[in-house]
Amino acid sequence: MSLPWRNKDRGVKKKMKENNSVFKRITSSREASMVIVLLVLCIIVTILSPSFLTVKSIMDMLKNNAVTMIMALGMLCVLLIGGIDISVGSTLAFSGMAIGMLAKRGIINSTPLLILIAVIVGTICGLLVGLVIAYGKVPPIIATLGFMYIYRAMAYLISNSEWASADALGDFKNFALNKILGINNVIWVMIICYVIFFIVMKWTKTGRKIYAVGSNREAAAISGINTERVELFVYTIMGLLAGLGGALAVSIYASAQPNMFDGEEMDVIASCVLGGVSMSGGRGSVTGVLIGSFLLAVIAKALPLVGISSIAQNTVQGVIILIVIVLNVVTQRMMDRNNLKGREM
Amino acid sequence: MKKKMLSVLLCSVMAASLLAGCGSSSSSEDSTSDGSSSSSSDTYTMAFVSKSAGNPYNEKEAEGFQEIVEAEGYECIIQHPEEATAEAQITVINSLISQGVDSITVAANDENALQSVLEEAMAAGIQVSCMDSKTNADSRAVFVNQAGITEIGQTLMDAVYDITGGSGQFAILSATSQATNQNAWIEAMQEVMDSDSKYADLELVEIAYGDDESQKSTDQTQALLSKYPDLKLICAPTTVGINAAAKVLQDEGSSVKLTGLGLPSEMAEYIGDDDEHSCPYMFLWNPEELGELAAYTAIALVNGDITGAEGETFTAGDTEYTITDAGDGGTEIILGPPFEFNEDNIDEWKDVY
Repeated sequence: MSLPWRNKDRGVKKKMKENNSVFKRITSSREASMVIVLLVLCIIVTILSPSFLTVKSIMDMLKNNAVTMIMALGMLCVLLIGGIDISVGSTLAFSGMAIGMLAKRGIINSTPLLILIAVIVGTICGLLVGLVIAYGKVPPIIATLGFMYIYRAMAYLISNSEWASADALGDFKNFALNKILGINNVIWVMIICYVIFFIVMKWTKTGRKIYAVGSNREAAAISGINTERVELFVYTIMGLLAGLGGALAVSIYASAQPNMFDGEEMDVIASCVLGGVSMSGGRGSVTGVLIGSFLLAVIAKALPLVGISSIAQNTVQGVIILIVIVLNVVTQRMMDRNNLKGREM
Repeated sequence: MKKKMLSVLLCSVMAASLLAGCGSSSSSEDSTSDGSSSSSSDTYTMAFVSKSAGNPYNEKEAEGFQEIVEAEGYECIIQHPEEATAEAQITVINSLISQGVDSITVAANDENALQSVLEEAMAAGIQVSCMDSKTNADSRAVFVNQAGITEIGQTLMDAVYDITGGSGQFAILSATSQATNQNAWIEAMQEVMDSDSKYADLELVEIAYGDDESQKSTDQTQALLSKYPDLKLICAPTTVGINAAAKVLQDEGSSVKLTGLGLPSEMAEYIGDDDEHSCPYMFLWNPEELGELAAYTAIALVNGDITGAEGETFTAGDTEYTITDAGDGGTEIILGPPFEFNEDNIDEWKDVY
């Protein structure tokens, strides 16, 4: 004889258990909690302004934020080893301005070559930063602060007080207009970068070395990892991505100005921090950075759409970033506590 | 360990602030002066302080200024602060005061922040005037204005009226929300709109701020397009904003048109009176002529031909200018109405500036 209430009771219990495990799964992964924040934000924005959730609008948003999203990957590596790089905005301007002037003077007109040159310029900039930090033992914040001024000033110097405008850039600006399979070239570049970094950070020796140096430098050194070389590598990659960002930015906005992307380094760092990358090193993932930079992009895109007055937008943006980060930290604490509980039992 | 970390952090922050301090002060020494800076000789030394380095527009102003000063046989010092901040200009002006120049012409980055340093300059017997962007009335003899605020407001409203056909929605894309020039022009546009019933069918739906950044201006333009499907025109009275908006509109093949104030070299790609181009015409003054007028003004001040009082007249080149009331308690000299750039003349201007 079956008692219906008993079954019901069991059902409830089962459900509770399920809920509990879903809850646990969410709180045990920072990325998952970030996705929820992102979804909630997207839903709110879509309710307030239905035009947000259209393919075109999302594509526009990705294209307009691709530079920040790509550079956030480099910053992830830098932050992972416990460093920081605030020279990236200047590196971007320098490499972008370099190819802008080359195109304007008509010296080089081939799009792939211009992109390559920007990447090389950026890589050299990053290499110098890396050398000073890894082998000169200069604290990253100071070294990159110095390079921030140097590279920005060099952008001014090579610009010769001129801008490279749409008219002067010729075919180069078409790179950011053309599409492959309905997706803009710029977005493809970003997707490729993310795929490469996802694989490298997760499944290669290089990726694991970066994490190792970030979690415990002494231990990594003792176990045979050349920590200086990892450091040098990380800043060089950051420079490379900033150079790529310079090329993309010039193409996207069809304009190269020496003061372009002033303060970009803060957006890049914010993307990482929003994505749960720890500022003290060792903690962070490519998925997190993707979500974090996406979140920043959504905020920048949504605020003018939902009709918040322009003057208040920066304030609202700051408040949202703070809320998300506090949420993130709380999730992390819960995660740590749960882990500890597991160990106690 | 923790203590060590903290001390390292503190040290680095201190060193960073030191470096930062060095950076901003040394950066403003970007001088392109030619000739000695001493004023002991019988020739006068005229100094010009632009808004910032690396901007072709400021460069043109400086060129015009230098050309006239040297043609008239005086010494010229051109200073470009590296950053477009009042602090950077204060450093430059202080060094000019100690060099003992005879006149300082400044394109102010802030209306009030330069007051104490400019008063100091005036107390030292230096003739202070400003151009392009004014300081407050107490810290200048006279302001050389590129175009009267009301004239710009009127010109832009006429363009809006003409391009929209006299009715419909339009939006303004400005620089930062505290930009002195842009705010004054937008206010003037609104006054023009209220003053005449012919603008009654026009609706200003929003004033958006792109902070003179390409990325933000692009976001703002796209937001305007999706928020107001019936939008007919965007008016952007700022060089970076108009450039970013032109790119968005033209790339999307949007039917929304654009006008405003922009640099011909930057906008050449987008100007044209057909569906292919997003901007039928736009305006700007000639920064070189503005620099020239500023130079004539500085010379007249130093020679004692004018004192900057309302009603005084002087000749600059072949034209006679009259000093008028600026409406802020001070006086100004107006260069003239803004110049229209359209598909007929853009090709000859795009190489000029």
